[in-house]
Amino acid sequence: MKSIRIAAGAGFAGDRIEPALDNIIRGNVDYIIFECLAERTIALAQKEKRSNPDIGYNHLLEYRMDKVIPLLKDHPVKVITNMGAANPLAAAMKIYEIACKNGLNQLKIAAVIGDDVLSIINNYSQMPMMETGGKLETIRDNIISANAYIGGQAISKALAEGADIVVTGRSADPSLATGPIMHEFGRSYYDYEFLGKTVAAGHLLECAGQVTGGYFADPGYKDVPDLWNLAFPILTFFENGNIVVEKLPDTGGILNNLTVKEQLLYEVQDPMNYITPDVVADFSNITVEELGDNKVLVRGAFGKRKTGSLKVSVGYLDGFIGEGEISYGGHNCVARAQLAEEVIKKRLEILKVDYKELRTDMIGINSLYGAASAQLEKVELNEVRLRVSIRTDHKEAAETAAREVESLYVNGPAGGGGARGAFTNIVSVASVLIPEEDVRFGITWAGGPA
Amino acid sequence: MKLYQIAHSRTGDKGNISTISVIAYIQEDYPRLCEQLTEDKVLAWFTKVGATKVKRYEVPSLGALNFVLENTLGGGVTRSLALDKHGKSLSGLMLEMDLR
Repeated sequence: MKSIRIAAGAGFAGDRIEPALDNIIRGNVDYIIFECLAERTIALAQKEKRSNPDIGYNHLLEYRMDKVIPLLKDHPVKVITNMGAANPLAAAMKIYEIACKNGLNQLKIAAVIGDDVLSIINNYSQMPMMETGGKLETIRDNIISANAYIGGQAISKALAEGADIVVTGRSADPSLATGPIMHEFGRSYYDYEFLGKTVAAGHLLECAGQVTGGYFADPGYKDVPDLWNLAFPILTFFENGNIVVEKLPDTGGILNNLTVKEQLLYEVQDPMNYITPDVVADFSNITVEELGDNKVLVRGAFGKRKTGSLKVSVGYLDGFIGEGEISYGGHNCVARAQLAEEVIKKRLEILKVDYKELRTDMIGINSLYGAASAQLEKVELNEVRLRVSIRTDHKEAAETAAREVESLYVNGPAGGGGARGAFTNIVSVASVLIPEEDVRFGITWAGGPA
Repeated sequence: MKLYQIAHSRTGDKGNISTISVIAYIQEDYPRLCEQLTEDKVLAWFTKVGATKVKRYEVPSLGALNFVLENTLGGGVTRSLALDKHGKSLSGLMLEMDLR
């Protein structure tokens, strides 16, 4: 039975590179996918591109490709990545430059374009934002980017036209696997059942180490060997849609039913209706079976017709956050931190700092679960760290809040240490749905035959 | 007993929504999760972190429940003032739930 082997090369923008190289060298794989684009990353990249039209792609693109491309001489693995971020074409040109430097002038590098819908986003100003329910027009003046999640078809097409490396912008994460699988098996994008299985494959690969024991270890409950040498997964996709996920021998991590189940449901809302640009995947009858030796067989994913809409991530400027932290230790530390909190609140009031939202946390007590922390068993603390943050429309207010926390060194309760303040210009993301037919993807080539 | 004794969990995020899986270590414990981890109970446990609505999905073939919690992320990942903007640590709170 025909099968193809796809490795994961990255699961987020700043991911480690060694496991990717190991998968290329020892993995006997046909493809490697680098998933490097979070919701907000693309908005920040658009900001960079605006300041310089030659950038706006993943910051580690050169670092990664300098290491990956020389390996392709002995290991002809095809590379699929969304490291193009806001500027897939510039990314493809940079990769071609690196290929030439390594004497691989014949490499064909495809940039998938068309996800950038900023120029038409105001046509959808009456559409509700998925996060808040409010209309898109309410943020109209602050929009800096709009990118539609596109599917695997553009990637399949680029591969059919002979691409060795495909660079996309905002493609849906699992589509990075759907693209090559659909191409290799020559299946139709109307074959929803098969597409659903490709989404399961992509979903298992897209977070890289999260299926091989990363984001999993819990000593005594879920032990993971050699987590410092965590492998990235390699997946074999069979013609009948069966999937075997594995990791290379002599690597850290663990791959078993538990790790696969956690990743299968990760970021999924309704397992029966996992919406992607290619298909609505159905994981509700999926099964996992350990084959031993860090190999797991995954079967039973299905799919239904896609929705006809694409999700668009709209980046917009959303004011400022000012924040600061300071620690207290030893006897009565909580009382001193509480006094510091009281002082800060009063200071912000006296200085008439104009904010929309104020939040204070006691790190060590309630910073993760807020008031719900009271539901947990109390433990004695040796130290506690106060954190104060405000959201505001005014840069000066954010700066003031940060500075006031730092001032607690000299002006606050006894023994405050490790004070730190910072302010950030927030780029938020809102999501809207737009008709699929409004988005046209295209392919542009860097190097090779045009 | 505590939920962490028989199940493991992973949290994901989308906008202002948290998705939290609860997976039985052994299949025999799955019916117990279904019976006891009702939407109402989970909502009550997460109300103080902001949850306003909980939807539960069952995946018997994985011995898993998948919970979707609305408004747990302080207005959304990108604008929240929380230290853990993604709510990644919420699985730890889930596993502290009491079971009979």
